[in-house]
Amino acid sequence: MAQNKQRPKGQDTIDENLKRVYQDTLEEEVPDRFRALLDQLKAQDAAQSRQSNGDET
Amino acid sequence: MNHPDPRDALVDHLPAMRAFATSLTRNSATADDMVQDTLVKAWTNIDKFEAGTNMRAWLFTILRNTYYSNRRKAKREVADVDGVHTESLSQKPDHDGRLHMSDFREAFAKLPDEQREALILVGASGFAYEEAADMCGVAVGTIKSRVNRGRKRLAELMHLDDEETMELTDSATMAVVNARTNGAMR
Repeated sequence: MAQNKQRPKGQDTIDENLKRVYQDTLEEEVPDRFRALLDQLKAQDAAQSRQSNGDET
Repeated sequence: MNHPDPRDALVDHLPAMRAFATSLTRNSATADDMVQDTLVKAWTNIDKFEAGTNMRAWLFTILRNTYYSNRRKAKREVADVDGVHTESLSQKPDHDGRLHMSDFREAFAKLPDEQREALILVGASGFAYEEAADMCGVAVGTIKSRVNRGRKRLAELMHLDDEETMELTDSATMAVVNARTNGAMR
């Protein structure tokens, strides 16, 4: 990558650290509450569509 | 090929949503509440998601809108920020130029929301300036200027502009000062 003359030397250091801050959270285990919430939303939808379809035969 | 339900893909974006939310809120508990709100909104508005477009960008847009609308509501509340108390950062970079992560986090947390957001979108999560501008509903130039001001402020807070580490000219210093003044007027 060509070095931009105007580019401050600290910029690479800053971007590297930004990526690390972001990456650290990215690698955290996702709390169970989110999967539970998705399951709950899915179940709600399924119940609703059963209702609106009227019959299940 | 049948049409997969786009909602099945939501789970794949959870880590990124949490990372973005954490950098916006600077508080992991608040971030998770925000991710939860975003998930419910995304689920119930999935018909507004255009198949084939970037789902992460769509989710991040919902997330940031949630954040800014909460912020407006809570304007008078004192921000609950994880450990952002240090007035000035004493530690300089090591000789190899690496920063201490805790210092960096503190410095990052001091930036205005809009600059943190732009830096995370462009500098860390790899969105193009144009995508970030779309997500934030502002001009590309605005995103660029937020990124630049954010980087300059971080360099200043981290003393990256000291000595030979960075050759900041007087005009560049003035730009930082001006950027701060403009930032304060927002």
